Amino acid sequence: MTMVRKGILAFAVSAALGLSSAAQADVLIGIAGPHTGPNAAFGEQYWRGASQAAADINATGGINGEPVKLIKGDDACEPKQAVAVANRLVDQDKVAAVIGHFCSSSTIPASEVYDEAGILAITPGSTNPQVTERGLTGMFRMCGRDDQQGQVAADFIVDTLKGKRVAVIHDKDTYGQGIADSARAQLSKRGIAAVLYEGLTRGEKDFNALVTKLRGANVDVVYFGGLHTEAGPLLRQMREQGLTAAFVSGDGVVTDELVTTAGGPQYVKGAFMTFGADPRKIPEGQALVEKLRAGGYEPEGYTLYAYASLQALAAAFNATGGTDAEKASQWLKSHPVATVMGTKEWDDKGDLKVSDYVIYEWDDQGKYHQR
Amino acid sequence: MDGIFLQQLVNGLTLGSVYGLIAIGYTMVYGIIGMINFAHGEVYMISAYLSAIGLALLAFFGLESFPLLIFGTLLFTVCVTGLYGWTIERIAYRPLRNSTRLAPLISAIGISLILQNYVQLSQGARQQGIPTLLDGAFRFPIGEGFLQISYTKVFILVAAFAGMAALTWVIHCTRLGRMCRATQQDRKMAQILGIDTDRVISWVFVIGAAMAALAGLLITLNYGTFDFYAGFVIGIKAFTAAVLGGIGSLPGAMLGGLILGVAEAQFSGMVNTDYKDVFSFSLLVLILIFRPQGLLGRPQVAKV
Repeated sequence: MTMVRKGILAFAVSAALGLSSAAQADVLIGIAGPHTGPNAAFGEQYWRGASQAAADINATGGINGEPVKLIKGDDACEPKQAVAVANRLVDQDKVAAVIGHFCSSSTIPASEVYDEAGILAITPGSTNPQVTERGLTGMFRMCGRDDQQGQVAADFIVDTLKGKRVAVIHDKDTYGQGIADSARAQLSKRGIAAVLYEGLTRGEKDFNALVTKLRGANVDVVYFGGLHTEAGPLLRQMREQGLTAAFVSGDGVVTDELVTTAGGPQYVKGAFMTFGADPRKIPEGQALVEKLRAGGYEPEGYTLYAYASLQALAAAFNATGGTDAEKASQWLKSHPVATVMGTKEWDDKGDLKVSDYVIYEWDDQGKYHQR
Repeated sequence: MDGIFLQQLVNGLTLGSVYGLIAIGYTMVYGIIGMINFAHGEVYMISAYLSAIGLALLAFFGLESFPLLIFGTLLFTVCVTGLYGWTIERIAYRPLRNSTRLAPLISAIGISLILQNYVQLSQGARQQGIPTLLDGAFRFPIGEGFLQISYTKVFILVAAFAGMAALTWVIHCTRLGRMCRATQQDRKMAQILGIDTDRVISWVFVIGAAMAALAGLLITLNYGTFDFYAGFVIGIKAFTAAVLGGIGSLPGAMLGGLILGVAEAQFSGMVNTDYKDVFSFSLLVLILIFRPQGLLGRPQVAKV
């Protein structure tokens, strides 16, 4: 009943806007993520990567002979807005598939909309385990999971940093707390109980009280689960209060903006983070990286992830001869796909069979390098 | 007490003095027209952008000495932010002065959304930042630990208290201050006695915005980072501080800010950070139950 009503409504809206004829010819792909808001940097990476992929795929015949057209869906990393965007992409824009979202807290509710509508979705960046743990047929990811990421971080803290007194801080968000919890669990498996486990508030800038507490607890490693918007000020205030503990974080801080939010490269120097092995160094992607750089854009962060996501979608749709999510999902789970990030294979949940998390370190120039 | 306690006290006082500066804007507007200016957080946010623009402009023209740089930026920020305050009064409050009480409230919320989106569209949604201007810190060894106060923090405390003192002087010792107090006491009577109350109300918005401008500059210096959304959380905190101290009371706003800042810091230090906002608001509820007019507020007397 609701589906029928939704359909009628969508038809009325698209007819009123004169979209119905345009939507026939193209394969519409939604690029959903934070195109505005404090995390818009990641949305831009998505858009840049996917746009280039669309251009390249269209140059070689598109999907099933039809050109790919991208459409932005802006969720600003807010779960409520993500559901609204998902409904719009499905009902009004009638997308064939979605690349997105970014924040796990957005991806999880939005993916239920896509699943109900029978649409395939690939997230280039949502790492919370729950994204693929709910038995949705058409949900895939192009990145690893937080439990894998936490494992790598915990091993690094124990083996390389020889951390004894570790504090685990998170931002109370689905992503941030999820990855912090997973790091904490892996640490305790290695015999280290976090001396401090606390959440800070997103949108605040003053974490001095927390830093003083870290100092009082005499920590030698701080693990932070969250995004650069809070990681930067936290890092700066740690150093300003003379706390020299090592700082380890996850893939939520993979952007040069960490330097801006921290107030200068001197504060991010020596900070560590886990992230997939630099996709810019994978041989398959070299030509693309050169092309993007020649166009004046450095393909950092999730740019290549977004590119590879669209490649995977195109491969599945071309192989199954349509945009049916059920068939495409079956195909993706049983065939390897060659992408700019190497050959990728997915398991039955939609997770990558091989994850490639490694440790990165920030230098005194405000750049990050694989260790 | 130990070094950690003192450090938390310093953390709380610096944060609280900034809350206090912003709370002044809420409290003065409430005092004079009995309404909350819900766009005040956004005024603060704009002042953060303006102070970065001011610093960049002055640095571009070759000004390098820290005091001159700060003073010039402050002047620039206060003037332009004051203009924003004046405009908000003109657009959101004055045309609706004789309508129901809810109307200006809604229009102020509208202005706040407009400002937020306008800054986001014109400046981008990304985090903006300035490099550190004042490096270094005082360090005092205490017991096994140490107390570290960065120069920036010292500057913030001094500047915030100087700003509050200057405002107190303006309100108590100048002609404008007398007019403000008279208008606050009884707007109609003040008008009959020849005070241009419309102008006084405009001035109150400008003064509130100027205090927010000082706060914006200080916070920008301290954290070096801000975005279009920066006014929301701190605006709510400052509003809480104003209510805590007794809305309408100037010393109350300053005291409320300091209490809120210190309470947050000490609670984070002794219990945990997750629930520090819960604690702040519980504190507010408790105070409002036992002293509904706030700490330094006077009980409302119905005017006859």
